[in-house]
Amino acid sequence: MTKLWDWGYTWEILPVLAKASIVTIEATFLGFLLAATFGLLLAILRMSKSNWVSVPTAGFVEFVRSTPLLIQIFFIFFVFPEFGVNLSAMTAGVLALGLHYGTYCSEVYRSGLANIPRGQWEASTALNLSPYHTFRDIIIPQAIPPVVPALGNYLVALFKETPLLSAIAVLELMQTAKILGSENFRYTEPITLVGVFFLVFSLITAAGIRQVEHWLNRRGGN
Amino acid sequence: MSVPEARAAGEPIVRFDKVTKRYGSLTVLDELNLDIAAGEKVAIIGPSGSGKTTVLRMLMTLETINDGVIWVDGEPLTHMRKNGGLEPADARHLRRIRGKIGMVFQHFNLFPHMTALKNCMEAPITVLKLPKREAEERAAELLEMVGLADKLHHYPSQLSGGQQQRVAIARACAMRPKIMLFDEVTSALDPELVGEVLNVIRKLGAEHDLTMLMVTHQMGFAKEFADRVCFFYGGKIAEEGRPETLFGSPENERTQQFLSAVLESM
Repeated sequence: MTKLWDWGYTWEILPVLAKASIVTIEATFLGFLLAATFGLLLAILRMSKSNWVSVPTAGFVEFVRSTPLLIQIFFIFFVFPEFGVNLSAMTAGVLALGLHYGTYCSEVYRSGLANIPRGQWEASTALNLSPYHTFRDIIIPQAIPPVVPALGNYLVALFKETPLLSAIAVLELMQTAKILGSENFRYTEPITLVGVFFLVFSLITAAGIRQVEHWLNRRGGN
Repeated sequence: MSVPEARAAGEPIVRFDKVTKRYGSLTVLDELNLDIAAGEKVAIIGPSGSGKTTVLRMLMTLETINDGVIWVDGEPLTHMRKNGGLEPADARHLRRIRGKIGMVFQHFNLFPHMTALKNCMEAPITVLKLPKREAEERAAELLEMVGLADKLHHYPSQLSGGQQQRVAIARACAMRPKIMLFDEVTSALDPELVGEVLNVIRKLGAEHDLTMLMVTHQMGFAKEFADRVCFFYGGKIAEEGRPETLFGSPENERTQQFLSAVLESM
């Protein structure tokens, strides 16, 4: 009779999974960094007075948001090479995560930017600030703190979607668990451990975001 | 690029030349002509909706105009000289001319995430490219001038409305404008705080060679401070003149009605 849970096997595979978790965290961190930067850029482009800029940007955002992340991952990994763009699985995965969540982040930034009172823009114009300095020094520092919680939610969401990278064989947690399972003919422990890992890290991340929020509130309140 | 031409002596520093502003089918300003001499203090009064705030906002380039030309210091603000004619101004031209103008708003519009000092340093550093130390000295000096030497490191939320408005005046002055625009700067203040802001404006007028345009509901202040008062009605200047004349013996029926209504409410 097979055991329901094999502790010996658990201890054996734990170090392997722990190592794979570094890849997951890397993909999350790099993907979100890209998403947060790219999203801000999209949000600003979408505010452009020129329709030649704002309309294609809006179209791009809608397009990416309306198609599945898995297809985008496949597209970047398998179709880009047809056009001479060869990316490693990890790079393709991070790029897809960044683009996909960048469009979501752009909507978050957009609401933050929309909430800046018109008077702040007008004072910037009256002081003759350039558009660059207006954004960098006046608008963005006020627009971002209130949307940190919403951005944090997307950080957690992005993190939970990194197992999709297993589809292009990135050796992150899920892929590693699958390999361990098929090598040992036991999936219970590896898959469960991956689940536990995601739970723990989601909780830690959420607590971290609350800390950042708290810190921003205190800073903004003086 | 237009070739800057020096303003001849005696030429107005600001000229509205048949300026029209429309919002849809509503004409807010109807072929406005207005010349303002360098150093002149002009008060703009009139009922709400008469277009008086729009005059300031157009001059600050916060509003575009539909027709006419605005001239500042001998150069077109809203247009650029090109091939002997005038073309609508591009962003670069606007930025160059706009630097001569400063504005103080009804709702202060201070940057809430910056201290009083930083509010006054931002534009001198980023626009005028002043070294940080020099910008800080200038900002501290101006804040002292408006009586806030002890509030340099306070955030706007820690200041009263009157104090915030005085910071806003210092902030505008830090850019050394030739022309200052005051848009109902005491309207959002509690009555007991109006005096401190008006005192600062008086001081500014006395100590500096600034051209000042103010939209105001403070008739007493306009009377005492302004060289000239313009009464706006229906997008036009219905009557203008020396304050003692306009307030003492207004000729236009609309002016008489407006003034008696305002005086009644005081």
